[in-house]
Amino acid sequence: MAAVTSVEAGAQTPAPAAKRAARRRSFPVWRWAILLIAAVYFLIPLYAALRFAGLKAFTQVVGYTGFSAAIELSLRLAVVTTILTLVLMVPTTIYVHLRLPRVRRVMEGITILPIVIPPIVLIIGVLKVAPGFLLSTPYLLALVYVILAMPFAYRALDAGLRAFDLKTMVEASNSLGAGWPTTLWRVVLPNIRTAMLSATVLTVALVLGEFTMASLDQYVTFPVWIVQFEQNSGPVSVAASLLALFVTWLLLMLIVTIGGRGARRRGGSQVALFSVARQDLSQTMGEPE
Amino acid sequence: MAGSTTQAAAPEALASGARPSRVSASLRGGLRWLGVVPFGVYIALGLAVPTVAIAIAAFQSSSTGAFTMSNISTALHGTYLLGLKTSLGLSVASAIVPGIFGLFLAYAIYTVKRGNVLRRVVITASGVFANFGGVPLALLFIATLSTTGIVTGWIKDVTGVDIWDHGFTLYSAYPGVFIVYMYFQIPLMVLVILPALEGLRPAWREAAQNMGAGTWQYWRYVGGPVLLPSFLGCLLLLFGSAFSAYATAEALTGGTVALTPIQIGALLNGNVVAGQQNLGYALGLIMVVIIAVVMIGYTILQRRAARWLR
Repeated sequence: MAAVTSVEAGAQTPAPAAKRAARRRSFPVWRWAILLIAAVYFLIPLYAALRFAGLKAFTQVVGYTGFSAAIELSLRLAVVTTILTLVLMVPTTIYVHLRLPRVRRVMEGITILPIVIPPIVLIIGVLKVAPGFLLSTPYLLALVYVILAMPFAYRALDAGLRAFDLKTMVEASNSLGAGWPTTLWRVVLPNIRTAMLSATVLTVALVLGEFTMASLDQYVTFPVWIVQFEQNSGPVSVAASLLALFVTWLLLMLIVTIGGRGARRRGGSQVALFSVARQDLSQTMGEPE
Repeated sequence: MAGSTTQAAAPEALASGARPSRVSASLRGGLRWLGVVPFGVYIALGLAVPTVAIAIAAFQSSSTGAFTMSNISTALHGTYLLGLKTSLGLSVASAIVPGIFGLFLAYAIYTVKRGNVLRRVVITASGVFANFGGVPLALLFIATLSTTGIVTGWIKDVTGVDIWDHGFTLYSAYPGVFIVYMYFQIPLMVLVILPALEGLRPAWREAAQNMGAGTWQYWRYVGGPVLLPSFLGCLLLLFGSAFSAYATAEALTGGTVALTPIQIGALLNGNVVAGQQNLGYALGLIMVVIIAVVMIGYTILQRRAARWLR
């Protein structure tokens, strides 16, 4: 801690006026107090959970009844949701960029809705109107998760398409004699690979952690299993939660790394499920472009 | 492609030839929308239809399907009114407290130089923790502060007091759910308010100082008023985030806490009490209306914020 403090102080010294430097010196006290409180509040529960679970619980998790079935269902839903999301959103986003650029703002507004509407309300509505053949399969959840993933997927893809001159590239490709399939496959898609990867990771992270809709639809996905199992063994459920967390964090870190390589100028690392959407929400509704 | 504009004046000559240039401008205009039809249909079926269905069912009798106001009326009385009040109160508290703390935390790292390690750590950690709602979060706090939790044990060891014997509980709105919600609300606040803080131009501060303003005066007359709409907007976001949350409170309390989302879940989780589903839809509609009001307020505040911060 002390070492970091001195680095901090060093970074502050180049302040021009002596008067301001004097004022700055009073900052670190409350700054460090705030950071310390935050560190305590955020780290202690993590430490407590590790202690509470104990190392043994981590090795036990895998063997428990229902664990593998729950994981399998969650993974299947993740795969189906990701495929559906990409198939729906990639062509739509490219099309809007090329042909209906003015619709982009409308798209931003529409794709923010799934975040605004409480998930509990959306799922009871879906369960009310869904036809019987969908109600009897867990893949109804995948269909709804596509809607939930839309804000993140659209924003990731939109940012990817904005990062290069799509129109010029497509026109160049067409004038060189390439048809639409070739242009899409060999020009557009390679350019938005990173964006597609971000959309995928965000979707997977979202599906693996989703509890509200799965529990109301009465399917035992991984998060639902954790809650059910808590009655049997607290430590094992806590261990499973920590595992889920680390997997999610790894996924999110992956985006931060791939995103950071390409688009450092966009402010770097705030790419995360909520933050992506919330921040873009403020941009969408606030600033005129 | 180029021909399409010259055809603009042509009458409704329908596509007898297959060549696109023959197609009239208006038809072409219509055809252009074909590309977004799949998306539109998906949104309509997955988002609009369910929402409208809830709005309709809220005004229908569960048994006969006839129009009635009784669902809405029940939703606004007794247990359900209490649930709504608790939900609103909890959401206000978990907007204001984490909002203020998050503002200070964001300001603390805003004063640090760009590219500083500490700053990057806090921003990345905020991104991670802001996503950290739901089941794992609830279990983290069960491990920490439940009767057998690690921190509960520490406090007992150090002070000899069992906090659970003195009115503390993790399984009610206060302090339990409130403490847990702060875990994702504070980082969320840091993420959403930081861009607004960064929009404060150093030139304004210098100008204020040149005119003899002190720190207090700068914040009172320049920084504060510029930041206020953003700050209030962020509070509304936090409010919405807490108000919509279901998973965390459900997993934490096992569905025993009287919050509106939990009550909706209890009414509609499959083993329904007969004749009560539409009460659940009425509660859902009320939630949507509240969120809509909040979002309208948010939009207005963001417009105001955008005047200075861009």
